[in-house]
Amino acid sequence: MARSKDTVTGSGSVSTGAVPNDWRDRLRRFSKSDVVRSFPYWFIPFSIMGLGVYGGIGWNTLISFTDYEGFRERPDITNLDLDMYIQALQDPAVIVTTKNTFILMIVFTTVTMALGLFLAILLDREIRYKEKIQTIYLLPMALSFVVTAQFWLWMYNVNNGLVNVVLGVFGLGPYNWIGSPDLVLWAVIFALVWQFSGYAMVVFLAGLQSLPDDQFEAARVDGASAFKTYWRVIIPQLKSSSVSAAVILLIFALKAFTFLYSMFGQYRVPQATDILATLMVREAFQLQNWAYAAAIASILLVMSLAIIAPYLHYQHKQGSL
Amino acid sequence: MSKPTRSRAESIARILPALDYTKIGLSLVIVFFFAFFISPIWTGFVTALKTTGAVTGTTPFIPPGPDGFTLEKWSVAFDYLSTGIVNSLVMSVPSTIASVFLGSIAAYGLTLVDWNERLQFSILVLFLVGIFIPYQAVLVPLSDFWINIVGVDDLIAPVAALPYFTARHSRLFAVTATHVVYAIPICMLLFRGYYMSLSDELIEAAKIDGASITTIYRRIVLPLSKPMIGVVFIYQFTMIWNEFLFSLTLIGSSSSPAATVTLVLSGLGSDLSGVDFGLRMAGAFVAALPTLIIYVLFAEQFAEGLASDN
Repeated sequence: MARSKDTVTGSGSVSTGAVPNDWRDRLRRFSKSDVVRSFPYWFIPFSIMGLGVYGGIGWNTLISFTDYEGFRERPDITNLDLDMYIQALQDPAVIVTTKNTFILMIVFTTVTMALGLFLAILLDREIRYKEKIQTIYLLPMALSFVVTAQFWLWMYNVNNGLVNVVLGVFGLGPYNWIGSPDLVLWAVIFALVWQFSGYAMVVFLAGLQSLPDDQFEAARVDGASAFKTYWRVIIPQLKSSSVSAAVILLIFALKAFTFLYSMFGQYRVPQATDILATLMVREAFQLQNWAYAAAIASILLVMSLAIIAPYLHYQHKQGSL
Repeated sequence: MSKPTRSRAESIARILPALDYTKIGLSLVIVFFFAFFISPIWTGFVTALKTTGAVTGTTPFIPPGPDGFTLEKWSVAFDYLSTGIVNSLVMSVPSTIASVFLGSIAAYGLTLVDWNERLQFSILVLFLVGIFIPYQAVLVPLSDFWINIVGVDDLIAPVAALPYFTARHSRLFAVTATHVVYAIPICMLLFRGYYMSLSDELIEAAKIDGASITTIYRRIVLPLSKPMIGVVFIYQFTMIWNEFLFSLTLIGSSSSPAATVTLVLSGLGSDLSGVDFGLRMAGAFVAALPTLIIYVLFAEQFAEGLASDN
């Protein structure tokens, strides 16, 4: 029986000519091709990441349409509506936190970039101990926000903090940096600038070092001052570094949670420093308003996509992707 | 008597033009910023060495005198944070190794292997968006997933059989796995930049010799990646060690036996003492110690990881 079957298939393949052979051959070649062989390499990490990131985002969006709340409950996805978004738009806390989020994003990013650029220009020359200096400038970036928040809490202490001690030398203060609603946001921004300007410096230094030296020479031959050379010739060419640094800093400011939580030691931070990111975590993990928190998270996601999408498009156009 | 003075004045006058005023100004600015960046850390360090009386009684950035000096805060902080340090190590090391490996193979599949460019590009964009998204956008599903669907608390994790671990440590497993998932995109990007700078010749030659994709990865790409593996490992370990949001939301309480060191540190001030800044500073240093050691030893690699982050 087996033999007759063999002959049947054998004769069949003969009668239809070389087509199945060709098909089989192509399949074999396909299975040995780079596309198939490379599949496990990119597909396994991609699917793990995709499930976590895009699965998570999809699920979060779905939850934001429900009324999911409470401890150890499961979301009921039979009844979907936009109630949480309507509630968010009318919530005074959302309005205040959105305003604070924008202040933090704009002021923090601008100051950090200006200081980072200044430091990069300062160090972009032959100086002794350059590597060591750079290492110290970048040191805060290697520390956790939980750690730096402790340092700054002590720095800003009303009676014994270093900030007030230094200002006292000039006859100023003492100021209650953490306790005063007018000062606390600026104190937080200053501390974050301290932590991140080393990072901006590294990005700008990389940009400066990629520029050819002859531009400095040409400007010097033309008799341009150092300031003019930088302002007119060098800084305009740092556009790509500036965009990268700005995007990283803006996104950071958008999701900054850890520093604020650690500084005040609780979910509820002073209203003047309350941003969307802290409001979202508080609604979810302190108050168990899961659906409402998911809706605020969606707003945060849309805001971050509004920064990321133009950035990736720009990078693609520059050919740097 | 007047002659040598004049000659000295002359010699001073002779060197004066040689003194570059811009250079002095520059050095002063550099020193100023040196003080700016180091002062919170330095102040914290000397404060951690002071007795409670000396913390409020002395100038914050001046080291304590002999009667105000104590190491007691460090030993208290170390006792308080020791389980957190163990937990953080148990979490950071495996999740760093796993994400470095997965990031490396993903970058290899997306850069050094020729297949549909358009598809490669779309997958790359999906990875890149994964780097930037705020984690807040996935926190609610994550906690629903681990706590309600997987039921980490009732899960008899394989680690529960080991000494030291309790059932609560299954939450630590959840944090570890979560870190791997969200660290893949950045590790992929770091390796991708490196692989794109590798010369094609070696790989092309290997392909002509009939080497398979796997052989090329194991025999050529992996050995060549050694310096980059170092960079990504150092960068990623620091990031995961320092991370707080996943620990807070998935482990929950700073008093949990599974709490990581950042989570325990965040509870240090509020639990024991609101005003004991000496203890707080000592705690901050103890928690930061592994990352500080890595940074002192490998600052260059850390900076490289940071700079290619975009």
